[in-house]
Amino acid sequence: MSSSEHIVSPVVYVGVFLALIVLTGLTVFASTVDLGLWNTPVALLIAVTKAVLVVLFFMHVKYSSRLVSLAVGAAMLWLLLLIAGVIADYVSRGWVGSPGT
Amino acid sequence: MSSVADTAHGAERHHPDLVHHFESLPAQKEAATFGMWVFIAQEVMFFGGLFAAYTIYRHLYFHAFVQSSRHLNLPLGAINTAVLICSSLTMAMGVHASAIGRRRPTVAWLLLTVALGGVFLGIKTVEYKDKFDHHLVPGESFQAEELHLEGSAARPAQIFYALYFAMTGLHAAHMVIGIPIILFIAWMAHRGRFSPEYHTPVELTGLYWHFVDIIWIFLFPLLYLIGRHH
Repeated sequence: MSSSEHIVSPVVYVGVFLALIVLTGLTVFASTVDLGLWNTPVALLIAVTKAVLVVLFFMHVKYSSRLVSLAVGAAMLWLLLLIAGVIADYVSRGWVGSPGT
Repeated sequence: MSSVADTAHGAERHHPDLVHHFESLPAQKEAATFGMWVFIAQEVMFFGGLFAAYTIYRHLYFHAFVQSSRHLNLPLGAINTAVLICSSLTMAMGVHASAIGRRRPTVAWLLLTVALGGVFLGIKTVEYKDKFDHHLVPGESFQAEELHLEGSAARPAQIFYALYFAMTGLHAAHMVIGIPIILFIAWMAHRGRFSPEYHTPVELTGLYWHFVDIIWIFLFPLLYLIGRHH
């Protein structure tokens, strides 16, 4: 019977693995350099890059159906809404005076 | 869809792992994969609450978070990150071996994944013990002197450590659950239950394990690498 599955070459897995190790070293290095306000965004950018590599290649989303991509995208969207909502709330506190403060 | 008469159960040969409410193995696999991803989306929400709490308290008590984070063991955290990435590679290789129908390599890669998971949990235990020894477990005996925090500045350090234990603990719990699942899948593989046509359980276990890896990919910089440059 025909398989709908895409067989990923182990070479790809090893390449992704090496990229993940290099990015881990990079995030440790970046944390020791004073980037001012940018330390956290850089750390998160590296973490997101690593997560995307794992999701696309190790978790086969690059080779999966659009239904699977939709589930991944929905999870990311809701997480983003949660975190963005929290940040918007706490960062904007004090911008406008409120009674009693 | 063919007519009821030709597809009456048992009337035609079909793969033994195809349950009869699915038309084909790829359709069955697609449904299972989608189900696993919905479960993972739920897990993202589950951990998401903790990440949101972390975001709030880090914003409110940044100084206490920096001082507390520095007490975490960076070399051990970095080694554990590498160990978990290695275990993701071995898991991906195990799934690959099962997809091309190689039984013994499948079992070997899965057992290697379990071993690496064990190494991770062992290192985590050493780190936890250190926090107990230094009175950095939130509660009555919490002492912030070593963090160079005094008075009111010491209290938020307990929030950092409460989040540290909750987040890494929930992550470790996922690994403790994952390890027996991988062992069970390895046993099934050893028994010759999988083939290139049907190895969905190996694939889905891989998804779970990689998801646990991703959580750690975020926990490592957020917990261990705050304000290291100061």
